[in-house]
Amino acid sequence: MALPKLAVYKFASCDGCQLSILDVEDLLLDIASVVHIANFPEASREVIEGPYDLTLVEGSITTAHDAERIHEIRRESKFLVTIGACATAGGIQALKNWKDTDLFARTVYAHPEYLDTLETSTPVKNHVEVNFELRGCPVDKMALVEVVAAFVQGRRPNIPEYSVCVECKRKGTPCVMVSHGTPCLGPVTQAGCGALCPSYNRGCYGCFGPMESPNTDMLAAAWQGLGVSHRGLVDAFRSFNAYAEPFRITSDHHEALAVAKGE
Amino acid sequence: MSEMYVSGQSGIGRLIQALAESGHAVIGPVIRNQALVYDEIDGVEDLPKGWTDLQEPGRYRLEHRGDEKLFGYVVGPASWKQYLSPPEAVVWAGTIGTEGFKSDPVPEPPKYAFFGVRPCELAALRILDNVYTSSNGLPTVAGYTATREKAFIVAVNCSDPGGNCFCVSMDTGPTAKAGYDISITEVVHNGNMRYLLTSGSETGAEVLASIEGLNHASSEEVEAGETVLARAADMMGKRLDTEDLPNLLKGNALNPRWESIADKCLACANCTMVCPTCFCNTVDDNLSLDGEHATRTRKWDSCFTLGFSYMHGQPMRESVGARYRQWMTHKLATWVDQFGEMGCVGCGRCITWCPVGIDITQEVEAIRRGDLRDTHIGVGGYV
Amino acid sequence: METLTDPAVIDQMTPIPFRVRSVREELSHTFTLELEPPDGAFEFLPGQFTMVYAFGIGEVPISISSSASQTGTILQTIRRTGAVTHALGRLKSGDYVGIRGPYGTPWPMDDIEGRDLLIIGGGIGLAPLRPAVYHALENRDDYERVVILYGTRTPDDILFEKEQRSWGDRTDLSTLMTVDAADRGWNGAVGVVTRLIGRVGFDPANTTAMVCGPEIMMTVTAERLIEGHSMAPENIYVTMERNMKCAIGVCGHCQFGSKFICTDGAVFPFPEVAGLFDIKGV
Repeated sequence: MALPKLAVYKFASCDGCQLSILDVEDLLLDIASVVHIANFPEASREVIEGPYDLTLVEGSITTAHDAERIHEIRRESKFLVTIGACATAGGIQALKNWKDTDLFARTVYAHPEYLDTLETSTPVKNHVEVNFELRGCPVDKMALVEVVAAFVQGRRPNIPEYSVCVECKRKGTPCVMVSHGTPCLGPVTQAGCGALCPSYNRGCYGCFGPMESPNTDMLAAAWQGLGVSHRGLVDAFRSFNAYAEPFRITSDHHEALAVAKGE
Repeated sequence: MSEMYVSGQSGIGRLIQALAESGHAVIGPVIRNQALVYDEIDGVEDLPKGWTDLQEPGRYRLEHRGDEKLFGYVVGPASWKQYLSPPEAVVWAGTIGTEGFKSDPVPEPPKYAFFGVRPCELAALRILDNVYTSSNGLPTVAGYTATREKAFIVAVNCSDPGGNCFCVSMDTGPTAKAGYDISITEVVHNGNMRYLLTSGSETGAEVLASIEGLNHASSEEVEAGETVLARAADMMGKRLDTEDLPNLLKGNALNPRWESIADKCLACANCTMVCPTCFCNTVDDNLSLDGEHATRTRKWDSCFTLGFSYMHGQPMRESVGARYRQWMTHKLATWVDQFGEMGCVGCGRCITWCPVGIDITQEVEAIRRGDLRDTHIGVGGYV
Repeated sequence: METLTDPAVIDQMTPIPFRVRSVREELSHTFTLELEPPDGAFEFLPGQFTMVYAFGIGEVPISISSSASQTGTILQTIRRTGAVTHALGRLKSGDYVGIRGPYGTPWPMDDIEGRDLLIIGGGIGLAPLRPAVYHALENRDDYERVVILYGTRTPDDILFEKEQRSWGDRTDLSTLMTVDAADRGWNGAVGVVTRLIGRVGFDPANTTAMVCGPEIMMTVTAERLIEGHSMAPENIYVTMERNMKCAIGVCGHCQFGSKFICTDGAVFPFPEVAGLFDIKGV
């Protein structure tokens, strides 16, 4: 029986999520025994034409060309999985969505006229139908194996959508907000990282984006109780997953308040 | 009543040593990441001597007591369920072949001594035992039963209740009544730390009898212990009015209060994770890439997650209000129908470890004040 | 191959391998597995279910659809809805599934001898009712009238159609069938199953109804029996369905008010669950 064909595509991103695939090391051989890695330029020069059974897409849509290309990829993909904060939420580069792109271009580049970029960085799901989203900045490499394995086996991937708190507690890490007043995005952030930061006494940075039912308003209120300003809240919610809707709405709200209060 | 012994801190050290020497992994309170959790201890020096915990809704701080007490605090975010029904445990694994599949051998269950089990936690163990009781002779979950049967329990009575404690309301403390092998009461007697030890089982009595240097407690020392515990009962940080509580909650399923709690609730599941009796679990299925070896992993789950109530691709409890209602109504009302007692032991963990400080005792009071009593949750009743 | 580990460590979460003897496609999305227990016999009561495990994929609660007097093999009728049921649907004769059980409460067959039986199924809900039908037919003298009412979406969705037609040919029971939407040469009844209730005789005071189908169908049916036919609520039995991980009351998923659907149900006397249907998100 022919193995399912796997393709990996990159859009605007740092490559970190693709590298997570290569980073699984020994398991990569096992993966290659259950899927045919047909189009993965980062790993192999061999490119076999589509259609593909499973397509992994890294990166966000930031150019008119990419906005076209993602449609082509969708057409040749049976099951399309977006991987990482860029592909699922627009990534850190979505910070430009709040700013003047031309200004950036003029500031950074000697010849901005050669640039052809959209005003926004947007997640893939804003452009085409996505069958599954794997969150994280970067994605967890074992979660990536899980998604591929589950796809091949016809199984629902064991990828949680609940809060980081669940992972923290399973791991036995005491809550950093409660036990030392460290602001933490864990209660509104999707699990999947293994609650890494709180286990080092740090608050969660929200790398995995909003959890399934994020109460960002209440968490923001709790942060304010810990002495965080509106400006501080804007900074916290505007990072890797800034453009994910619940985080975006909350940061916009507190930005307006920060401006009103002259913070 | 069984014999009461008295010792100094060295006697406590010898007790820990005796338990370790009889093959137990001794688990007790230790400080990790600025909180008290449970972990393996080697001796009395691992205990949080001189520390106490300040607890408020959504706030926990460790502070120095200024004395030498070994047990001058209550409970942290950890509970004993992590050893009996671990956060993640393989519930079954096996290999498939042409003639069916074969189960992997199951590892020998660990032999624990739980050291420093508080009276409310003894109640929680009893409640969990009820949950995992088998109806047909086969253990429900072998890991729980085997670990529980082997566990040696050293209880510590509470002399310094915390700000969110309400064991008196739930009739579970501050004094251990049953369910332990040895119980300890810490008293400051004539300026010295004294430990009153009593056995609650034959095994406990044998262990106590084997420890050198224990003296029989004088009537004065026994009385000092009773005084400490009587005073502790008056020092509860919270109280919960349990009068007609199951009917109150079951009759208020449509109370708008649930939706107003939902405005505050993060649905983060912390309350259920820290609760010593919340037992809800899920099972994750995994299959090796070659398709031959399967693992079923049982993980702590929570009625606050959407996936918990998924059926045919839809959550049955979509609103956070419905999820909070499920949790609190189960804990304080429908649990009684299921297991003959409430699922709450008054330890206050859910209040302390809620990042936004939702207080179950206050929420009960709010429902009580706005009692609508117009619905019938729980035992059906044709309406 | 040795299938069990040391008996001392076996618990109720251990799946027992059953061999698939045959697979029968019933409808476009529904199939029936015929399963052989490893020790030759599997005892259960009509209305009970098992946890069916697709190796490495997952486990789902499925009611048994065969006669409880046939213990050599059991039938489990399954609709492809999610990953696990799709995986079960790919199995072939000679493959293995894991089985735990039987679990749950049965239809009250022994308690209702001498009464009329009103068996009402909706869609795939006929599958858990079929063992009750078999029991009634195998012990026909124990019951008075036996009435089977069945409703489904379209003529293409009629479960066990041939068998239902053969029941219809019998003189010792009455069957009626309806579809929500007719097509091709359908000349039977059209409409919801409750509309069949008045069309066949039964003695409401001496009848026990067993109802299985979507929740809304069960509540409407129960209300119709109570209000339209003065049946006592306690003589109506329904079956409930919820997410289930353990089937032994230790995972918490299937709670419905005070009830664990897995151990207190899935068959309930209607009054035990009636009050809960109107509370969203119970």
